[in-house]
Amino acid sequence: MAEVAVSSAGLTKRFGRQTVVDSLDLAVPTGAVYGFLGPNGSGKTTTLRMLLGLASADAGAAVVLGHAVPDGLADALPHVGALVEGPAFYPYLSGAANLARLDAADRSTDPSTRAERVGAALERVGLSAAAGKKAKAYSLGMKQRLGIAGALLRPRALLVLDEPTNGLDPQGTREVRALVRSLADDGTTVLVSSHLLAEVEQICSHVGVMSRGRLVAQGTLEEFRAASGVQVSVRTPDRTEAAATLARLGLTEVMVDGETGGTAGVRAALGSVAPEAVVAALVADGVRVRGFQVATTSLEDRFVALTGEGFDVAG
Amino acid sequence: MSRAEVRVPGGRLLRSELALLFRRRRTLALLLALVAIPVLVAVAVELSSTPPGPGEGPPFLDQVTQSGAFVAATSLVVAVPFFIPVTVAVVAGDSFAGEANQGTLRYLLLAPAGRTRLLVVKGVAVAVFCFAAPAAMAVVGMAVGTALFGFGDAASLSGGVLDRWDVLARVALLAGYIGVAMLGLAAFGLFVSTLTDVPVGAMAATVVLAIAAQILGGLSQLDWLHPWLLTDTWLDFADLLRSPLVWDSFLANVWLQAGWVAVFGALAWARLTSKDVLS
Repeated sequence: MAEVAVSSAGLTKRFGRQTVVDSLDLAVPTGAVYGFLGPNGSGKTTTLRMLLGLASADAGAAVVLGHAVPDGLADALPHVGALVEGPAFYPYLSGAANLARLDAADRSTDPSTRAERVGAALERVGLSAAAGKKAKAYSLGMKQRLGIAGALLRPRALLVLDEPTNGLDPQGTREVRALVRSLADDGTTVLVSSHLLAEVEQICSHVGVMSRGRLVAQGTLEEFRAASGVQVSVRTPDRTEAAATLARLGLTEVMVDGETGGTAGVRAALGSVAPEAVVAALVADGVRVRGFQVATTSLEDRFVALTGEGFDVAG
Repeated sequence: MSRAEVRVPGGRLLRSELALLFRRRRTLALLLALVAIPVLVAVAVELSSTPPGPGEGPPFLDQVTQSGAFVAATSLVVAVPFFIPVTVAVVAGDSFAGEANQGTLRYLLLAPAGRTRLLVVKGVAVAVFCFAAPAAMAVVGMAVGTALFGFGDAASLSGGVLDRWDVLARVALLAGYIGVAMLGLAAFGLFVSTLTDVPVGAMAATVVLAIAAQILGGLSQLDWLHPWLLTDTWLDFADLLRSPLVWDSFLANVWLQAGWVAVFGALAWARLTSKDVLS
Protein backbone atom coordinates (compact mmCIF):
# COMPACT_ATOMS: atom_id res chain seq x y z
CA MET A 1 0.00 0.00 0.00
CA ALA A 2 1.27 3.39 -0.93
CA GLU A 3 2.03 5.82 1.87
CA VAL A 4 -0.33 8.31 0.36
CA ALA A 5 -3.88 7.07 -0.19
CA VAL A 6 -4.98 10.01 -2.29
CA SER A 7 -2.82 12.60 -3.96
CA SER A 8 -3.21 15.14 -6.69
CA ALA A 9 -0.95 17.52 -8.52
CA GLY A 10 -2.24 20.64 -10.19
CA LEU A 11 -5.77 19.27 -10.30
CA THR A 12 -7.96 21.83 -12.04
CA LYS A 13 -11.61 22.01 -13.10
CA ARG A 14 -13.28 24.76 -15.06
CA PHE A 15 -16.96 25.22 -15.77
CA GLY A 16 -17.03 27.54 -18.74
CA ARG A 17 -14.80 30.49 -17.80
CA GLN A 18 -15.06 29.90 -14.09
CA THR A 19 -12.27 27.94 -12.43
CA VAL A 20 -13.98 25.90 -9.73
CA VAL A 21 -10.94 23.94 -8.61
CA ASP A 22 -7.60 25.65 -9.10
CA SER A 23 -4.40 23.54 -9.29
CA LEU A 24 -4.95 21.46 -6.20
CA ASP A 25 -2.02 19.57 -4.64
CA LEU A 26 -3.76 17.21 -2.25
CA ALA A 27 -2.00 14.63 -0.07
CA VAL A 28 -4.05 12.28 2.09
CA PRO A 29 -1.70 9.95 4.02
CA THR A 30 -2.72 6.31 4.33
CA GLY A 31 -4.53 5.73 7.61
CA ALA A 32 -5.36 9.39 8.12
CA VAL A 33 -8.73 10.90 8.79
CA TYR A 34 -8.44 13.85 6.47
CA GLY A 35 -10.84 16.71 7.00
CA PHE A 36 -11.53 18.52 3.76
CA LEU A 37 -12.78 21.81 5.05
CA GLY A 38 -14.18 24.79 3.28
CA PRO A 39 -17.25 26.97 2.90
CA ASN A 40 -20.13 25.86 0.69
CA GLY A 41 -19.19 26.33 -2.93
CA SER A 42 -15.44 26.30 -2.36
CA GLY A 43 -14.95 23.33 -4.70
CA LYS A 44 -14.83 20.41 -2.26
CA THR A 45 -17.47 18.26 -3.95
CA THR A 46 -16.12 18.98 -7.43
CA THR A 47 -12.69 17.86 -6.23
CA LEU A 48 -14.14 14.63 -4.85
CA ARG A 49 -15.99 14.04 -8.14
CA MET A 50 -12.73 14.35 -10.05
CA LEU A 51 -10.87 12.05 -7.65
CA LEU A 52 -13.59 9.43 -8.08
CA GLY A 53 -13.84 9.72 -11.86
CA LEU A 54 -17.33 11.19 -11.99
CA ALA A 55 -15.99 14.35 -13.57
CA SER A 56 -12.93 14.83 -15.72
CA ALA A 57 -10.11 17.18 -14.77
CA ASP A 58 -9.16 19.99 -17.13
CA ALA A 59 -5.57 19.87 -15.95
CA GLY A 60 -3.41 18.04 -13.46
CA ALA A 61 -3.31 14.46 -12.28
CA ALA A 62 -4.48 12.44 -9.32
CA VAL A 63 -3.69 9.05 -7.83
CA VAL A 64 -6.14 7.09 -5.67
CA LEU A 65 -4.89 4.02 -3.77
CA GLY A 66 -1.93 3.79 -6.12
CA HIS A 67 -4.04 3.91 -9.29
CA ALA A 68 -4.01 6.81 -11.71
CA VAL A 69 -7.24 8.77 -12.17
CA PRO A 70 -9.25 8.12 -14.25
CA ASP A 71 -7.65 5.23 -16.19
CA GLY A 72 -6.84 3.04 -13.18
CA LEU A 73 -9.99 3.85 -11.22
CA ALA A 74 -11.76 0.64 -12.18
CA ASP A 75 -9.18 -1.16 -10.01
CA ALA A 76 -9.28 1.41 -7.22
CA LEU A 77 -13.02 2.03 -6.83
CA PRO A 78 -13.94 -1.42 -5.46
CA HIS A 79 -11.79 -0.49 -2.46
CA VAL A 80 -13.38 2.93 -2.11
CA GLY A 81 -16.64 3.54 -0.31
CA ALA A 82 -18.13 6.88 -1.16
CA LEU A 83 -20.93 9.22 -0.25
CA VAL A 84 -20.91 12.12 -2.68
CA GLU A 85 -23.29 15.07 -2.56
CA GLY A 86 -25.89 13.36 -0.45
CA PRO A 87 -27.33 9.87 -0.64
CA ALA A 88 -29.42 8.78 -3.64
CA PHE A 89 -31.76 5.84 -4.00
CA TYR A 90 -34.48 4.15 -5.99
CA PRO A 91 -37.43 5.45 -4.00
CA TYR A 92 -39.59 2.46 -4.91
CA LEU A 93 -37.07 -0.09 -3.62
CA SER A 94 -36.53 -1.04 0.02
CA GLY A 95 -33.34 0.00 1.79
CA ALA A 96 -31.93 -3.52 1.55
CA ALA A 97 -32.88 -3.82 -2.15
CA ASN A 98 -31.15 -0.51 -2.85
CA LEU A 99 -27.93 -1.80 -1.32
CA ALA A 100 -28.26 -5.11 -3.19
CA ARG A 101 -28.57 -3.18 -6.45
CA LEU A 102 -25.36 -1.24 -5.70
CA ASP A 103 -23.61 -4.45 -4.79
CA ALA A 104 -24.68 -6.04 -8.09
CA ALA A 105 -23.05 -3.16 -9.93
CA ASP A 106 -19.68 -4.00 -8.37
CA ARG A 107 -18.22 -6.88 -10.36
CA SER A 108 -15.68 -7.82 -7.73
CA THR A 109 -18.08 -8.73 -4.94
CA ASP A 110 -19.37 -12.22 -4.26
CA PRO A 111 -23.13 -12.47 -4.87
CA SER A 112 -23.45 -15.43 -2.51
CA THR A 113 -22.50 -13.23 0.45
CA ARG A 114 -24.56 -10.26 -0.71
CA ALA A 115 -27.51 -10.63 1.65
CA GLU A 116 -25.16 -11.10 4.55
CA ARG A 117 -23.06 -8.05 3.71
CA VAL A 118 -26.14 -5.90 3.09
CA GLY A 119 -27.46 -6.96 6.49
CA ALA A 120 -24.15 -6.17 8.17
CA ALA A 121 -23.93 -2.74 6.56
CA LEU A 122 -27.49 -1.90 7.63
CA GLU A 123 -26.72 -3.14 11.13
CA ARG A 124 -23.63 -0.96 11.33
CA VAL A 125 -25.62 2.23 10.65
CA GLY A 126 -28.56 1.14 12.82
CA LEU A 127 -31.07 0.59 10.01
CA SER A 128 -31.77 -3.13 10.44
CA ALA A 129 -35.32 -2.47 11.59
CA ALA A 130 -36.05 -0.39 8.47
CA ALA A 131 -34.33 -2.71 5.97
CA GLY A 132 -37.58 -3.74 4.31
CA LYS A 133 -39.09 -0.28 4.20
CA LYS A 134 -39.20 1.57 0.88
CA ALA A 135 -36.48 4.21 0.63
CA LYS A 136 -39.03 6.92 -0.11
CA ALA A 137 -40.47 6.41 3.35
CA TYR A 138 -37.08 7.06 4.97
CA SER A 139 -36.43 10.29 6.82
CA LEU A 140 -33.55 12.53 5.76
CA GLY A 141 -31.36 11.12 8.50
CA MET A 142 -32.22 7.53 7.59
CA LYS A 143 -31.33 8.22 3.97
CA GLN A 144 -28.00 9.60 5.09
CA ARG A 145 -27.39 6.44 7.10
CA LEU A 146 -28.39 4.26 4.16
CA GLY A 147 -25.93 6.18 2.00
CA ILE A 148 -23.17 5.46 4.51
CA ALA A 149 -24.26 1.81 4.60
CA GLY A 150 -23.75 1.72 0.83
CA ALA A 151 -20.17 2.83 1.37
CA LEU A 152 -19.68 0.02 3.90
CA LEU A 153 -20.95 -2.88 1.76
CA ARG A 154 -17.51 -4.42 1.82
CA PRO A 155 -14.26 -3.69 3.65
CA ARG A 156 -12.76 -0.56 2.14
CA ALA A 157 -9.26 0.87 2.09
CA LEU A 158 -10.60 4.38 1.57
CA LEU A 159 -13.83 6.06 2.53
CA VAL A 160 -14.82 9.31 0.86
CA LEU A 161 -17.60 10.98 2.80
CA ASP A 162 -19.00 14.24 1.50
CA GLU A 163 -20.76 16.09 4.32
CA PRO A 164 -21.70 12.82 6.08
CA THR A 165 -23.60 14.42 8.95
CA ASN A 166 -25.90 16.54 6.79
CA GLY A 167 -29.48 16.12 7.90
CA LEU A 168 -28.62 14.10 10.98
CA ASP A 169 -29.85 14.98 14.45
CA PRO A 170 -27.24 15.49 17.22
CA GLN A 171 -27.54 11.83 18.20
CA GLY A 172 -27.00 10.68 14.61
CA THR A 173 -24.11 13.10 14.18
CA ARG A 174 -22.40 11.60 17.21
CA GLU A 175 -22.98 8.10 15.86
CA VAL A 176 -21.46 8.97 12.51
CA ARG A 177 -18.42 10.47 14.20
CA ALA A 178 -18.02 7.34 16.31
CA LEU A 179 -18.39 5.23 13.16
CA VAL A 180 -15.71 7.21 11.34
CA ARG A 181 -13.39 6.84 14.32
CA SER A 182 -13.93 3.09 14.56
CA LEU A 183 -13.36 2.67 10.83
CA ALA A 184 -10.17 4.72 11.08
CA ASP A 185 -9.04 2.53 13.97
CA ASP A 186 -9.42 -0.48 11.67
CA GLY A 187 -6.94 1.19 9.32
CA THR A 188 -9.35 2.67 6.80
CA THR A 189 -8.25 5.99 5.35
CA VAL A 190 -11.08 8.49 5.55
CA LEU A 191 -11.44 11.60 3.43
CA VAL A 192 -14.31 13.57 4.91
CA SER A 193 -15.47 16.89 3.57
CA SER A 194 -17.28 19.33 5.76
CA HIS A 195 -18.14 22.95 6.16
CA LEU A 196 -18.36 22.41 9.91
CA LEU A 197 -15.15 23.21 11.72
CA ALA A 198 -16.20 21.54 14.96
CA GLU A 199 -16.80 18.28 13.16
CA VAL A 200 -13.37 18.27 11.55
CA GLU A 201 -11.69 19.28 14.80
CA GLN A 202 -13.28 16.33 16.60
CA ILE A 203 -12.58 13.47 14.24
CA CYS A 204 -9.70 14.39 11.95
CA SER A 205 -5.98 13.83 12.15
CA HIS A 206 -5.25 15.90 9.04
CA VAL A 207 -6.84 18.98 7.57
CA GLY A 208 -6.98 20.58 4.15
CA VAL A 209 -8.66 23.93 3.81
CA MET A 210 -10.35 24.98 0.58
CA SER A 211 -11.26 28.53 -0.28
CA ARG A 212 -12.59 29.65 -3.65
CA GLY A 213 -11.24 26.61 -5.44
CA ARG A 214 -7.77 26.72 -3.93
CA LEU A 215 -6.22 24.58 -1.23
CA VAL A 216 -5.05 27.36 1.10
CA ALA A 217 -3.60 25.13 3.83
CA GLN A 218 -2.89 21.47 4.46
CA GLY A 219 -1.27 19.55 7.31
CA THR A 220 -1.87 17.66 10.54
CA LEU A 221 -4.31 19.04 13.05
CA GLU A 222 -1.41 19.52 15.52
CA GLU A 223 0.41 21.72 13.06
CA PHE A 224 -2.69 23.84 12.76
CA ARG A 225 -3.08 24.05 16.51
CA ALA A 226 0.56 25.01 16.93
CA ALA A 227 0.27 27.65 14.27
CA SER A 228 -2.72 29.15 15.97
CA GLY A 229 -0.70 29.46 19.22
CA VAL A 230 -1.44 29.65 22.91
CA GLN A 231 -2.84 32.79 24.47
CA VAL A 232 -2.69 34.16 27.97
CA SER A 233 -5.16 36.62 29.37
CA VAL A 234 -4.65 38.61 32.56
CA ARG A 235 -7.58 40.07 34.43
CA THR A 236 -6.37 43.18 36.24
CA PRO A 237 -7.20 46.84 36.91
CA ASP A 238 -3.53 47.76 36.16
CA ARG A 239 -3.74 47.22 32.44
CA THR A 240 -0.98 49.52 31.27
CA GLU A 241 1.56 48.13 33.72
CA ALA A 242 0.56 44.56 32.88
CA ALA A 243 0.96 45.19 29.16
CA ALA A 244 4.43 46.63 29.76
CA THR A 245 5.47 43.57 31.80
CA LEU A 246 4.18 41.15 29.17
CA ALA A 247 6.00 43.01 26.44
CA ARG A 248 9.22 43.03 28.50
CA LEU A 249 8.94 39.20 28.89
CA GLY A 250 8.86 38.86 25.12
CA LEU A 251 5.19 38.04 24.66
CA THR A 252 3.81 39.18 21.32
CA GLU A 253 0.45 40.47 20.10
CA VAL A 254 -0.15 42.22 23.42
CA MET A 255 -3.66 43.65 23.42
CA VAL A 256 -5.34 45.78 26.06
CA ASP A 257 -9.07 45.16 26.35
CA GLY A 258 -11.59 47.94 26.69
CA GLU A 259 -12.88 49.33 29.99
CA THR A 260 -15.76 46.91 30.30
CA GLY A 261 -16.17 46.03 33.95
CA GLY A 262 -14.45 43.14 35.69
CA THR A 263 -13.52 41.22 32.54
CA ALA A 264 -11.22 43.97 31.35
CA GLY A 265 -7.65 42.78 31.02
CA VAL A 266 -4.69 42.17 28.78
CA ARG A 267 -4.18 39.40 26.27
CA ALA A 268 -1.04 38.21 24.55
CA ALA A 269 0.40 35.28 22.63
CA LEU A 270 2.45 33.18 25.06
CA GLY A 271 5.17 32.03 22.70
CA SER A 272 7.90 30.06 24.47
CA VAL A 273 7.59 31.77 27.85
CA ALA A 274 6.41 29.61 30.75
CA PRO A 275 3.05 30.75 32.14
CA GLU A 276 4.21 30.58 35.78
CA ALA A 277 7.11 32.92 34.94
CA VAL A 278 4.61 35.39 33.55
CA VAL A 279 2.56 35.36 36.76
CA ALA A 280 5.68 35.75 38.92
CA ALA A 281 6.89 38.72 36.86
CA LEU A 282 3.48 40.39 37.00
CA VAL A 283 3.31 40.06 40.76
CA ALA A 284 6.89 41.24 41.19
CA ASP A 285 6.04 44.35 39.14
CA GLY A 286 3.16 45.12 41.50
CA VAL A 287 0.39 44.33 39.04
CA ARG A 288 -2.82 43.37 40.87
CA VAL A 289 -3.60 40.03 39.20
CA ARG A 290 -7.25 39.08 39.66
CA GLY A 291 -7.31 36.30 37.10
CA PHE A 292 -4.90 34.51 34.83
CA GLN A 293 -5.78 32.13 32.02
CA VAL A 294 -3.84 30.08 29.50
CA ALA A 295 -5.89 28.99 26.50
CA THR A 296 -5.24 27.19 23.27
CA THR A 297 -7.33 29.19 20.85
CA SER A 298 -9.87 27.22 18.89
CA LEU A 299 -8.96 26.77 15.27
CA GLU A 300 -11.87 28.96 14.37
CA ASP A 301 -9.90 32.20 14.06
CA ARG A 302 -7.27 30.51 11.94
CA PHE A 303 -9.80 29.02 9.55
CA VAL A 304 -11.74 32.24 9.27
CA ALA A 305 -8.47 33.98 8.48
CA LEU A 306 -7.74 31.38 5.77
CA THR A 307 -11.13 31.25 4.13
CA GLY A 308 -12.36 34.79 4.57
CA GLU A 309 -15.82 36.00 5.39
CA GLY A 310 -18.97 33.94 5.28
CA PHE A 311 -17.42 30.83 6.72
CA ASP A 312 -19.91 28.69 8.55
CA VAL A 313 -18.33 27.73 11.85
CA ALA A 314 -21.46 26.72 13.69
CA GLY A 315 -21.09 23.36 15.45
CA MET B 1 -16.13 -16.49 -6.55
CA SER B 2 -17.02 -19.11 -4.04
CA ARG B 3 -19.40 -20.83 -6.41
CA ALA B 4 -19.10 -21.82 -9.99
CA GLU B 5 -21.05 -19.31 -11.98
CA VAL B 6 -21.50 -18.53 -15.63
CA ARG B 7 -19.52 -15.34 -16.13
CA VAL B 8 -21.53 -13.28 -18.54
CA PRO B 9 -20.00 -9.80 -18.68
CA GLY B 10 -22.45 -7.64 -16.81
CA GLY B 11 -24.56 -10.71 -16.08
CA ARG B 12 -25.47 -9.94 -12.53
CA LEU B 13 -25.93 -6.25 -13.21
CA LEU B 14 -28.20 -7.20 -16.11
CA ARG B 15 -30.25 -9.41 -13.82
CA SER B 16 -30.53 -6.53 -11.37
CA GLU B 17 -31.47 -4.16 -14.20
CA LEU B 18 -34.18 -6.46 -15.57
CA ALA B 19 -35.60 -7.02 -12.11
CA LEU B 20 -35.60 -3.28 -11.53
CA LEU B 21 -37.34 -2.65 -14.86
CA PHE B 22 -39.94 -5.39 -14.81
CA ARG B 23 -40.82 -5.16 -11.11
CA ARG B 24 -41.34 -1.46 -11.38
CA ARG B 25 -44.96 -0.47 -11.18
CA ARG B 26 -44.67 1.94 -14.09
CA THR B 27 -43.40 -0.77 -16.43
CA LEU B 28 -46.19 -3.08 -15.39
CA ALA B 29 -48.72 -0.29 -15.97
CA LEU B 30 -47.34 0.26 -19.47
CA LEU B 31 -47.60 -3.44 -20.29
CA LEU B 32 -51.06 -3.58 -18.77
CA ALA B 33 -52.19 -0.70 -20.98
CA LEU B 34 -50.81 -2.51 -24.03
CA VAL B 35 -52.50 -5.83 -23.27
CA ALA B 36 -55.77 -3.97 -22.77
CA ILE B 37 -55.76 -3.38 -26.55
CA PRO B 38 -56.37 -7.02 -27.61
CA VAL B 39 -58.97 -7.33 -24.86
CA LEU B 40 -60.80 -4.26 -26.17
CA VAL B 41 -60.55 -5.46 -29.77
CA ALA B 42 -61.95 -8.89 -28.91
CA VAL B 43 -64.76 -7.58 -26.72
CA ALA B 44 -65.73 -4.91 -29.26
CA VAL B 45 -65.98 -7.45 -32.09
CA GLU B 46 -67.82 -9.94 -29.93
CA LEU B 47 -70.38 -7.36 -28.81
CA SER B 48 -71.04 -5.73 -32.18
CA SER B 49 -74.05 -7.35 -33.85
CA THR B 50 -72.70 -6.85 -37.35
CA PRO B 51 -69.07 -7.78 -37.79
CA PRO B 52 -67.10 -5.29 -39.92
CA GLY B 53 -67.29 -5.98 -43.62
CA PRO B 54 -64.24 -6.88 -45.70
CA GLY B 55 -61.78 -3.99 -45.76
CA GLU B 56 -63.52 -2.04 -43.00
CA GLY B 57 -61.64 -0.91 -39.92
CA PRO B 58 -58.01 -1.82 -39.19
CA PRO B 59 -56.39 -4.66 -41.19
CA PHE B 60 -57.73 -8.15 -40.41
CA LEU B 61 -60.52 -6.81 -38.21
CA ASP B 62 -63.10 -8.36 -40.54
CA GLN B 63 -61.45 -11.73 -40.06
CA VAL B 64 -61.24 -11.69 -36.28
CA THR B 65 -64.21 -13.99 -35.87
CA GLN B 66 -62.54 -16.60 -38.12
CA SER B 67 -59.72 -17.29 -35.71
CA GLY B 68 -58.66 -16.06 -32.32
CA ALA B 69 -55.19 -15.41 -33.74
CA PHE B 70 -56.55 -12.42 -35.59
CA VAL B 71 -57.25 -10.71 -32.27
CA ALA B 72 -53.53 -10.80 -31.52
CA ALA B 73 -52.55 -9.77 -35.07
CA THR B 74 -55.04 -6.90 -35.28
CA SER B 75 -54.04 -5.49 -31.90
CA LEU B 76 -50.35 -5.60 -32.74
CA VAL B 77 -50.95 -3.82 -36.04
CA VAL B 78 -53.08 -1.18 -34.34
CA ALA B 79 -50.43 -0.59 -31.66
CA VAL B 80 -47.34 -0.37 -33.88
CA PRO B 81 -47.52 3.26 -34.99
CA PHE B 82 -48.09 4.83 -31.60
CA PHE B 83 -48.86 2.81 -28.48
CA ILE B 84 -45.86 0.49 -28.50
CA PRO B 85 -43.40 3.28 -29.47
CA VAL B 86 -44.67 5.40 -26.57
CA THR B 87 -43.94 2.65 -24.07
CA VAL B 88 -40.51 2.08 -25.61
CA ALA B 89 -39.83 5.83 -25.42
CA VAL B 90 -40.74 5.88 -21.72
CA VAL B 91 -38.43 2.99 -20.89
CA ALA B 92 -35.53 4.09 -23.11
CA GLY B 93 -35.82 7.78 -22.19
CA ASP B 94 -35.77 6.94 -18.51
CA SER B 95 -32.76 4.62 -18.72
CA PHE B 96 -29.98 7.08 -17.92
CA ALA B 97 -31.87 10.31 -17.33
CA GLY B 98 -33.94 8.64 -14.61
CA GLU B 99 -30.84 7.39 -12.82
CA ALA B 100 -29.15 10.76 -13.22
CA ASN B 101 -32.25 12.54 -11.98
CA GLN B 102 -32.46 10.58 -8.75
CA GLY B 103 -28.66 10.59 -8.31
CA THR B 104 -28.25 6.82 -8.47
CA LEU B 105 -26.17 7.08 -11.65
CA ARG B 106 -23.19 8.41 -9.67
CA TYR B 107 -23.45 5.59 -7.15
CA LEU B 108 -23.63 2.96 -9.90
CA LEU B 109 -20.50 4.47 -11.44
CA LEU B 110 -18.78 4.58 -8.05
CA ALA B 111 -19.64 0.92 -7.37
CA PRO B 112 -17.95 0.76 -10.00
CA ALA B 113 -20.34 -0.45 -12.67
CA GLY B 114 -18.12 0.80 -15.52
CA ARG B 115 -19.64 3.19 -18.03
CA THR B 116 -19.46 0.91 -21.05
CA ARG B 117 -20.78 -2.04 -19.08
CA LEU B 118 -23.65 0.07 -17.77
CA LEU B 119 -24.51 1.18 -21.31
CA VAL B 120 -24.56 -2.41 -22.56
CA VAL B 121 -26.71 -3.54 -19.63
CA LYS B 122 -29.17 -0.66 -20.05
CA GLY B 123 -29.28 -1.22 -23.80
CA VAL B 124 -30.00 -4.92 -23.43
CA ALA B 125 -32.70 -4.23 -20.83
CA VAL B 126 -34.44 -1.71 -23.09
CA ALA B 127 -34.18 -4.19 -26.00
CA VAL B 128 -35.76 -6.87 -23.84
CA PHE B 129 -38.62 -4.48 -23.19
CA CYS B 130 -38.97 -3.86 -26.96
CA PHE B 131 -39.69 -7.57 -27.39
CA ALA B 132 -41.63 -7.99 -24.15
CA ALA B 133 -44.21 -5.36 -25.14
CA PRO B 134 -45.45 -6.99 -28.39
CA ALA B 135 -44.97 -10.45 -26.86
CA ALA B 136 -47.30 -9.59 -23.98
CA MET B 137 -49.88 -8.31 -26.45
CA ALA B 138 -49.55 -11.44 -28.58
CA VAL B 139 -49.99 -13.76 -25.62
CA VAL B 140 -53.01 -11.94 -24.24
CA GLY B 141 -54.44 -11.54 -27.75
CA MET B 142 -54.13 -15.27 -28.42
CA ALA B 143 -55.67 -16.11 -25.06
CA VAL B 144 -58.64 -13.76 -25.39
CA GLY B 145 -59.12 -14.56 -29.08
CA THR B 146 -59.06 -18.30 -28.47
CA ALA B 147 -61.52 -17.96 -25.62
CA LEU B 148 -64.01 -15.99 -27.73
CA PHE B 149 -63.49 -17.18 -31.29
CA GLY B 150 -61.65 -20.47 -31.02
CA PHE B 151 -58.19 -21.48 -32.12
CA GLY B 152 -58.54 -22.57 -35.70
CA ASP B 153 -56.92 -22.49 -39.10
CA ALA B 154 -56.85 -19.17 -40.92
CA ALA B 155 -56.43 -17.85 -44.43
CA SER B 156 -53.04 -16.38 -45.28
CA LEU B 157 -52.76 -13.13 -47.22
CA SER B 158 -51.84 -15.11 -50.34
CA GLY B 159 -55.07 -17.06 -50.14
CA GLY B 160 -53.78 -20.38 -48.81
CA VAL B 161 -54.79 -21.88 -45.52
CA LEU B 162 -52.45 -21.93 -42.52
CA ASP B 163 -53.01 -24.61 -39.95
CA ARG B 164 -53.44 -23.53 -36.37
CA TRP B 165 -49.81 -24.14 -35.32
CA ASP B 166 -48.57 -22.29 -38.33
CA VAL B 167 -50.89 -19.44 -37.35
CA LEU B 168 -49.40 -19.43 -33.86
CA ALA B 169 -45.88 -19.31 -35.29
CA ARG B 170 -46.83 -16.40 -37.55
CA VAL B 171 -48.22 -14.40 -34.61
CA ALA B 172 -45.00 -15.02 -32.69
CA LEU B 173 -43.02 -13.95 -35.74
CA LEU B 174 -45.11 -10.79 -36.03
CA ALA B 175 -44.41 -9.92 -32.39
CA GLY B 176 -40.71 -10.56 -32.99
CA TYR B 177 -40.78 -8.37 -36.09
CA ILE B 178 -42.28 -5.51 -34.09
CA GLY B 179 -39.72 -6.02 -31.34
CA VAL B 180 -36.92 -5.65 -33.89
CA ALA B 181 -38.68 -2.64 -35.42
CA MET B 182 -38.56 -0.82 -32.07
CA LEU B 183 -34.80 -1.26 -31.55
CA GLY B 184 -33.77 1.80 -33.57
CA LEU B 185 -36.14 3.99 -31.58
CA ALA B 186 -34.89 2.44 -28.36
CA ALA B 187 -31.28 3.24 -29.30
CA PHE B 188 -32.26 6.83 -30.04
CA GLY B 189 -34.06 7.05 -26.69
CA LEU B 190 -31.04 5.64 -24.90
CA PHE B 191 -28.80 8.26 -26.51
CA VAL B 192 -31.10 11.16 -25.68
CA SER B 193 -31.29 9.81 -22.16
CA THR B 194 -27.54 10.26 -21.74
CA LEU B 195 -27.87 13.93 -22.68
CA THR B 196 -30.13 15.08 -19.91
CA ASP B 197 -31.04 14.68 -16.25
CA VAL B 198 -34.72 15.14 -17.05
CA PRO B 199 -36.28 11.79 -17.97
CA VAL B 200 -39.52 13.31 -19.25
CA GLY B 201 -37.54 15.38 -21.74
CA ALA B 202 -35.79 12.31 -23.12
CA MET B 203 -39.09 10.42 -23.35
CA ALA B 204 -40.81 13.28 -25.16
CA ALA B 205 -37.94 13.68 -27.63
CA THR B 206 -38.13 9.98 -28.43
CA VAL B 207 -41.88 10.05 -29.00
CA VAL B 208 -41.48 13.13 -31.19
CA LEU B 209 -38.92 11.31 -33.34
CA ALA B 210 -41.29 8.36 -33.80
CA ILE B 211 -44.15 10.62 -34.86
CA ALA B 212 -42.05 12.96 -37.02
CA ALA B 213 -40.47 10.02 -38.85
CA GLN B 214 -43.90 8.60 -39.65
CA ILE B 215 -45.14 11.98 -40.90
CA LEU B 216 -42.07 12.34 -43.12
CA GLY B 217 -42.64 8.77 -44.26
CA GLY B 218 -46.09 9.79 -45.43
CA LEU B 219 -44.87 12.60 -47.68
CA SER B 220 -44.29 11.28 -51.16
CA GLN B 221 -42.12 14.32 -51.97
CA LEU B 222 -39.52 12.90 -49.62
CA ASP B 223 -39.27 9.48 -51.27
CA TRP B 224 -35.46 9.65 -51.28
CA LEU B 225 -35.45 9.97 -47.49
CA HIS B 226 -37.85 7.14 -46.73
CA PRO B 227 -35.41 4.21 -46.76
CA TRP B 228 -33.42 5.91 -44.00
CA LEU B 229 -36.32 6.60 -41.65
CA LEU B 230 -36.35 4.30 -38.65
CA THR B 231 -40.10 3.92 -39.06
CA ASP B 232 -39.82 2.85 -42.71
CA THR B 233 -40.15 -0.86 -41.97
CA TRP B 234 -42.63 -0.58 -39.08
CA LEU B 235 -45.64 -1.67 -41.15
CA ASP B 236 -43.91 -3.99 -43.65
CA PHE B 237 -44.96 -7.17 -41.90
CA ALA B 238 -47.47 -8.38 -44.51
CA ASP B 239 -44.87 -10.81 -45.88
CA LEU B 240 -44.93 -12.66 -42.59
CA LEU B 241 -48.57 -13.54 -43.12
CA ARG B 242 -48.16 -15.03 -46.60
CA SER B 243 -47.72 -18.66 -47.49
CA PRO B 244 -45.07 -19.58 -48.15
CA LEU B 245 -43.31 -17.22 -45.78
CA VAL B 246 -41.23 -14.44 -47.40
CA TRP B 247 -38.27 -13.26 -45.27
CA ASP B 248 -37.21 -10.22 -47.33
CA SER B 249 -39.03 -7.61 -45.28
CA PHE B 250 -37.90 -9.19 -42.01
CA LEU B 251 -34.28 -8.90 -43.08
CA ALA B 252 -34.79 -5.37 -44.36
CA ASN B 253 -36.20 -4.50 -40.95
CA VAL B 254 -33.22 -6.06 -39.19
CA TRP B 255 -30.71 -4.17 -41.33
CA LEU B 256 -32.44 -0.81 -40.98
CA GLN B 257 -32.76 -1.12 -37.21
CA ALA B 258 -29.20 -2.43 -36.88
CA GLY B 259 -28.01 0.74 -38.62
CA TRP B 260 -29.90 2.98 -36.21
CA VAL B 261 -28.71 0.96 -33.23
CA ALA B 262 -25.11 1.21 -34.44
CA VAL B 263 -25.27 4.97 -34.94
CA PHE B 264 -27.09 5.93 -31.77
CA GLY B 265 -25.43 3.22 -29.71
CA ALA B 266 -22.07 4.70 -30.70
CA LEU B 267 -23.26 8.23 -29.94
CA ALA B 268 -24.59 7.12 -26.55
CA TRP B 269 -21.26 5.44 -25.81
CA ALA B 270 -19.27 8.51 -26.83
CA ARG B 271 -21.46 10.72 -24.72
CA LEU B 272 -21.62 8.50 -21.66
CA THR B 273 -17.92 7.73 -21.48
CA SER B 274 -16.94 11.39 -21.66
CA LYS B 275 -19.72 12.93 -19.62
CA ASP B 276 -19.26 14.61 -16.24
CA VAL B 277 -21.81 13.13 -13.89
CA LEU B 278 -22.73 16.18 -11.84
CA SER B 279 -26.26 15.29 -10.83
